[in-house]
Amino acid sequence: MAVSQPVNEAVKQIADTLQKKPRTLWGDAWRRFRKHKMAMFGAITLIFLVMTSIVGPLLWTVHRDALDFVNVMSTPYFSYPAENEAYCAEQAKLKAEMGEDPMANTMVDSMCIYHPLGSDELGRDLLARVLYGGRVSLSVGVSAMLIAVTIGSLVGAISGYMGGMIDEVLSFFTNLFLSLPTLPLLLLTVYLFRDSVTAVLGIEFGMFIIVVSMVGVLAWMQTARIVRSSFISLKQKEFVEAAVCIGVKQSNIMFRHILPNAISPIIVAATLEIGGAIISESTLSFLGIGFPPDTPTWGRLVTDGSQYLQTAPHLSLIPAGLIFLTVLSINFMGDGLRDALDPRSRL
Amino acid sequence: MTQYIIRRFLVSIPTLFLISVIIFAVLALAPGDPLAQFALNPAIPNSTRVRIREQFGLDKPWYVRYYKWLGSLSQGDWGYSFSSKSPVIDLVYQRIPQTLQVVGLAYLIAILIAIPIGIISAVKQYSPFDQVATFLAFIGSSLPSFFTGLTLMLIFAIRFQWFPIVYSSTLEIVNWDTFMQQVRQMVLPVSVLVVQQTASLTRFMRASMLDNLPLDYVRTARAKGLADWTVVIKHVVVNSIIPVVTLIALGIPGIFAGAIITENLFRVNGLGQLLVTSIQNSDTPVVMALAFIFSILVVIFNLIADVLYGILDPRVKY
Repeated sequence: MAVSQPVNEAVKQIADTLQKKPRTLWGDAWRRFRKHKMAMFGAITLIFLVMTSIVGPLLWTVHRDALDFVNVMSTPYFSYPAENEAYCAEQAKLKAEMGEDPMANTMVDSMCIYHPLGSDELGRDLLARVLYGGRVSLSVGVSAMLIAVTIGSLVGAISGYMGGMIDEVLSFFTNLFLSLPTLPLLLLTVYLFRDSVTAVLGIEFGMFIIVVSMVGVLAWMQTARIVRSSFISLKQKEFVEAAVCIGVKQSNIMFRHILPNAISPIIVAATLEIGGAIISESTLSFLGIGFPPDTPTWGRLVTDGSQYLQTAPHLSLIPAGLIFLTVLSINFMGDGLRDALDPRSRL
Repeated sequence: MTQYIIRRFLVSIPTLFLISVIIFAVLALAPGDPLAQFALNPAIPNSTRVRIREQFGLDKPWYVRYYKWLGSLSQGDWGYSFSSKSPVIDLVYQRIPQTLQVVGLAYLIAILIAIPIGIISAVKQYSPFDQVATFLAFIGSSLPSFFTGLTLMLIFAIRFQWFPIVYSSTLEIVNWDTFMQQVRQMVLPVSVLVVQQTASLTRFMRASMLDNLPLDYVRTARAKGLADWTVVIKHVVVNSIIPVVTLIALGIPGIFAGAIITENLFRVNGLGQLLVTSIQNSDTPVVMALAFIFSILVVIFNLIADVLYGILDPRVKY
């Protein structure tokens, strides 16, 4: 009996290790990503920005176009002015008595509507506009990234896997697009086609479609190059040979067998692409060629606010700062993902 | 080498040709009317409008117009601006000096700042200097230029009033005072571009140095007993600067295009501003010329970068 005690312990230990969850590829990547402090900062900030622009307009119910001529160009403050406090409390009580009458809002508390981020030249609430603008800018970034990454992966996969003439033609086109003057061409196409597209699809949605597709179409080349080079090296691996031997269709070899192995550089490129697309959209809006003036994207808010830089700097600096913060977070995340998704790095 | 240059040059001709077709087709097939400003003017009768269209050749299909455009371009004729009625090439010539001054100076300063910082950062890797420099470079490369521009404007032009807000294009340099005025109005637009360029160049320089530092030839040089900084400057820097030089060449056309925002923000009457106003006026010949010039710059500097790499790095064989 004296011997069995340590044996029991050893058995228990082995059982414990077997019950522990096995380490997976994605689990390792997540572990490495968490250690990258700046990447975590970027991820958390980005999640916060995305969440606020999704949920924010539901919670902060002031309408983005509501005019408020009492509080024109007010500076950001986070409570009512002290001298108004008693008055506003009284008004709030009055309003409660009036119930949900929609007129009550405009009649009663124009003195007591407060604008946490200030208001613009027509008294429109900057917080509401920034929250709505975040929705537009972030969805432009994500959609344009999806277009760019899809085109880039397709072109890169086909030209890397097929090789030969097809590769030469596709590579020529990739280089041709790299030689196009991106920003001028972006300005040009959006300006020229916006009237006919918005006539068909409506002003906001049409503009969204044209900006997203043009930004995407002019930004796929880097992804194509990355995918092409990883396909060239992966197609010579044994697992591809095995797939060919058992008669897997070519398209399945490309997209089921090789593509998942090339996914990490694509994810990194896609992340960075979102930042690039947000900057492109805000540049278009900034030059007055993007979304129409009454659609408050971040870039548009910067342009409109920059006219009042002297008297109300917050009008342009807050949206500009948000663009900066978003792009910075995305770049930090891309940097962290690059390290985390590299299976050779043993952090 | 000569053969390689000639071959690369010949390949770039079809590229340029296709680019010009693409830009021309986009301009011609777009639904916007280049003569919209005439259409709004009630004083111009319909018959005159038709005649103006004929005069500019706008009644012909786009490939006929493209053929004509290419024909006159081959004789050095870029066409006439719709809005100012002067030759396009004159308009471009007027704007080039401002763009070159601002963009060129900014790039030069950026190179002069970025290379030493990149070197020190790499040599003293993980030192506080390196950490601060890398962090700042990261932030700088994520800064949109309108954010830097507006912030600098607010601080230095509005709060302290050290520099003028807008760039005066009518200023002529005749004496010391006007020269100083010119310098003062260039400070802000140049700094915006410097911030952006320095950030990315520093990162390239540092990465390139880090690639070279652990190599055998560096150890050999140290083993010979050379002083630390001699090794760094005479051996490592010379080798690591090669890819950076090509990147500098590749980046030049990009900053011409990137200066569009800065030029518009500070009202510098350069090429970028000309492009934006011409697009808004539907001034097709000017837009076509500028877009094509930007593409020519990209193609030429790609060629220069490739050739430079071959000259600087003797290991590259053609």
